[in-house]
Amino acid sequence: MTSWLARKRESGLLLAIPTIAWLLILFVLPLVIVLIVSFMSRGRGGVAIMPFTIEHYQRTFGIFSIILWRSIGLAALTTVVCLVIGYPLAFFISTRRNRLFQQVTLFLVILPFWTNFLIRTYAWRILLGDEGTINGFLTSLGLIEEPMKMLNTQFAVVVGLVYGFLPFMVLPIYASVERFNFRYVDAAQDLGANDLRTFLRVVLPLTLPGVLAGCALVFIPSVGAFVTPDLLGGTKGLMIGNLINNQFGGSGNMPLGSALSIVMMALVMLSLVVYLLANRRDRGS
Amino acid sequence: MSRNRFLRRLGMVGLWLNPVFSYFFLWAPILVLVLFSFNQSRSVASFTGFTFKWYGNILNNMMGAESAFSTELMLNAFRNSLFVGSIATAIATVLGTMIALSMARGTYPGKRLLDALLFFPVVIPEITQAISLAIFFKVVFDWFALMSGERIFPGFHTIIAAHVTFNISYVAIVVRARLADMNPQLEEAANDLGANPWQTFWRVTFPLILPGVISGALLAFTLSLDDFVITFFTSGVGTTTLPVFVYGLLKLTVTPEVNAISTIMMVLSTLFIGISLAIQGRAVPRA
Repeated sequence: MTSWLARKRESGLLLAIPTIAWLLILFVLPLVIVLIVSFMSRGRGGVAIMPFTIEHYQRTFGIFSIILWRSIGLAALTTVVCLVIGYPLAFFISTRRNRLFQQVTLFLVILPFWTNFLIRTYAWRILLGDEGTINGFLTSLGLIEEPMKMLNTQFAVVVGLVYGFLPFMVLPIYASVERFNFRYVDAAQDLGANDLRTFLRVVLPLTLPGVLAGCALVFIPSVGAFVTPDLLGGTKGLMIGNLINNQFGGSGNMPLGSALSIVMMALVMLSLVVYLLANRRDRGS
Repeated sequence: MSRNRFLRRLGMVGLWLNPVFSYFFLWAPILVLVLFSFNQSRSVASFTGFTFKWYGNILNNMMGAESAFSTELMLNAFRNSLFVGSIATAIATVLGTMIALSMARGTYPGKRLLDALLFFPVVIPEITQAISLAIFFKVVFDWFALMSGERIFPGFHTIIAAHVTFNISYVAIVVRARLADMNPQLEEAANDLGANPWQTFWRVTFPLILPGVISGALLAFTLSLDDFVITFFTSGVGTTTLPVFVYGLLKLTVTPEVNAISTIMMVLSTLFIGISLAIQGRAVPRA
């Protein structure tokens, strides 16, 4: 097994060094700097100065904990809604017998996502606004007299996040169901299991890897979302991503923004660990 | 038994109702956006008649009194996007392909660490990466000003550096998948036939992984053109890209002109991705 690179042990590594150097300087080092800055004091104009302090972490878990919890809550709600919509949808797509029909149904899920995220989010401003399409439609039908307040609420943020990340739930579940052997269903039914039992004991456990991957892929970008709450949430739907953004404007606080970022990154790592553990336990059993 | 049959029927109804709802949910916003870009009145509450005038307004720089829009600025932003995208894609494709080759063919310890190094840029929240780069550039430029007395400002170089950073991982993932499918004995054969490593690479390995490299590059270019958050934090004066420019418009108000611009962008990006997929579709079976 001597391939052209492996003949010289060092030459293989040599080829990786420019990329490793790039990522160390422009990915790892910036994160280390953020970590250091998050422990520094706020100077004039929001920049970081000495001495070291843990004040920004105290504020993150103190007065800003409400926004932290809101971000986690909204991301969790988004994940659940995506699962409830996405699981049956993925099941529907992967169980179509007609190959062309199956491909069309899958394509129709992916196609909207070729559009820029900003524009897809903006479309909901048209729909949800006080003088938007939904309020206009319901008023013209005489169902409501006053426009419903939908834009700039947490509801709008969840709708926007679900809309933004639904395919991330559908695609891994689709791949899981695609691999699922439906003879297991026959076997379970022959052995006397009813539909519900068959689903809970056979179908769900065997498609769980897709569900777990989908949940991780939806939760992680949702918890760090910035564009969606910015365009749809207003002040009521403010999430941690917006709070970080606000620390880099005129009256900002760079160390506080760094501390918030570190906490958010820890949150993402934690959810990844939960995902990996759940996945391993699932594989083990 | 009849209860079971009832549940099954309910399940069948659900299995059809859910897709109907889902596809409506996925497509209604886009269709509404397109529809109202052709609406006679400025309202998005009801459709009053068909017109092309908002598209005309974009071309003639008439965006209503409150807007600072100009067609020239938008085209300029679009040019910036293409410029940043092409250079960042070129660098990221070379760097990503190099590390993918090295990891697939090299034998050295610490590959799991490299896996992690490539994996983290994909999972880390965009805003965290954005502010870490913003702070990093600020620290470096401050330090440089202190040392040399000259001030560097963020611009194309910072955006490109940032885009390369998040694109490397995607290119590497795609190229590695292609390398995993490749038969390593082909390289051995070339080697046995007396080709040197350089010849083996350019005559055997590279043509075989080329579809993967092209897919990786197209993915990188698409991500680069689409990126808003990281560009927003690393761009300087006069280097606005299209998403950053569009964000400025979207944030203000809902106007028919913005709907028209969004529709044009949607059509363009769909065309672009469709064409690139068609190229890949042709490239894959050929190899």
